[in-house]
Amino acid sequence: MIESIPVPGINDFDEIFWLNCSNNQLSIQHCGACDEPRFPPRHMCPKCQSIDHKWKIVAGDGELWSYVIPRAPLLPYFEKQSPYIVGLVALNNYTNIRIIGRIMNSDGSNLVSTTNIAIGSKLSVGFNKINSEITIPFWFLDV
Amino acid sequence: MFKDQTAIVGIGQTEFSKNIDSTELNLACKAIKLALDDAGISPDQVDALGTFTYEETPEFEIARNLGFGNLHYWSQAPYGGGASCAAIGQVAMAIASGIANVGVVWRSRKRGDPSSRMWSHTEQEIFDHWKWSRPSGLVRPVDESSMIMRRYMYENSYSREDLASVAITLRKYANKNVNALMHEKELSLDDYMNARMISDPLCLYDNCLESDGAIAIVITKLSLAKTLTNQPAIIHAYSQGMSQEHSLMTDYHGNNPLQSSSYVTSKNLWNLSDYQPKDVDVAQFYDAFSPMIPLSLEAYNFCSQGQALNMIRDGFISEDGPLPVNTSGGSLSEVYLHGMNLVLEAVRQIRGTSSSQVNHANLSLVTTCDSTPNAALLLRGDS
Repeated sequence: MIESIPVPGINDFDEIFWLNCSNNQLSIQHCGACDEPRFPPRHMCPKCQSIDHKWKIVAGDGELWSYVIPRAPLLPYFEKQSPYIVGLVALNNYTNIRIIGRIMNSDGSNLVSTTNIAIGSKLSVGFNKINSEITIPFWFLDV
Repeated sequence: MFKDQTAIVGIGQTEFSKNIDSTELNLACKAIKLALDDAGISPDQVDALGTFTYEETPEFEIARNLGFGNLHYWSQAPYGGGASCAAIGQVAMAIASGIANVGVVWRSRKRGDPSSRMWSHTEQEIFDHWKWSRPSGLVRPVDESSMIMRRYMYENSYSREDLASVAITLRKYANKNVNALMHEKELSLDDYMNARMISDPLCLYDNCLESDGAIAIVITKLSLAKTLTNQPAIIHAYSQGMSQEHSLMTDYHGNNPLQSSSYVTSKNLWNLSDYQPKDVDVAQFYDAFSPMIPLSLEAYNFCSQGQALNMIRDGFISEDGPLPVNTSGGSLSEVYLHGMNLVLEAVRQIRGTSSSQVNHANLSLVTTCDSTPNAALLLRGDS
């Protein structure tokens, strides 16, 4: 099993997403023709089949739709951190955009306590730099 | 055109174990021979094959080991737990349309060893859709299923005690099935509540077994089936289903993530069928994880949305309930073979040979994985 965190590989249709994350900005792919938002990113607009697309920087705040607390057996990187919290975050201002991310302390350290976590919790986005190319978003509780 | 044109006439299974000292090919050959013997069909009559894309025993190896005749059709169905009923349905279509006459569908799997778990082979760099979940620590299928279940439990005010009724009900069936891996192990509510968590809110007993074994079935035209000894399990209806915006296992991006691809399969299956849910005598719902049973019960219209765990807790799927479910113990307590054991149990119920036999079972539903693109079969006896 791999020892370090698995990282997202960069595809042509999501290159800008990862570039924006590296600048601590969350962005959502929209159709270049009909403006329909879509997540996860992909080549074609499922509404109008246009290949053209654009990226809109968003605030990244949302609500916790659900979450899980994985326990062993896990990949070594995650087993060392277990218990940890993975959430599905429903992004504000969009109808069906839900993004998976760690629920952490605002400084990106592991949040162990679930005391204040609940479905519906208000969240803000943070960024965890993995390497020079890849930074992945996480979320933290609004206080 | 398709309805009632074909039947499952033979079933075969090897021993089930945590560790069988044999290859998957060896196990596959044994299971297929057992299924052909059960059907009373000679191997040289077989001219169609179906299996899973995840299956590692190739068609030509199977054919030259078993001594099949000249083959006219073979196909593979994708998506692991979503594949069994699709592989069977595709072979049945080939036979119903006249391309082939006798089909075999098989699955052989050595998964007792923890190193064989697919998630444990996660690559350092992920280019497919798992890139949107695994780097955040949502790595295993159980994590992906747990995400949906916590939301379901929250929306419908359910507790772990409510969910426990799924695993406990299936264990009781396994306790009556001598071939079930958990035949001799009882499961109490205390055992469940004290079990270690695997992906909170799911605990150890919400997970399927890890096991070795192989299973095969034989399909023929109904006219041939009627000349054989066994009572045919007639394939009445079959459909596959994939919902809009579906994303394999991380199916979180549609209008309502609590409504899976099972809703698509269910709608088409009932449209194609002469029957309604209330007519079904016994059902086998794919159960890699316990949440899939209440979610499938709702998707296939056996109860209204949000009500399934209440009904399971009150005995709806138990032996003396209105719809016995996973009556051999299912993937949670009999064996995990990507759901092929559920197909065999659906056939046994029609034959009247289950270890938890439903009286006069004539209509028998079997489904596949609620979290993947999937399929279902509605089988019936001759009454």
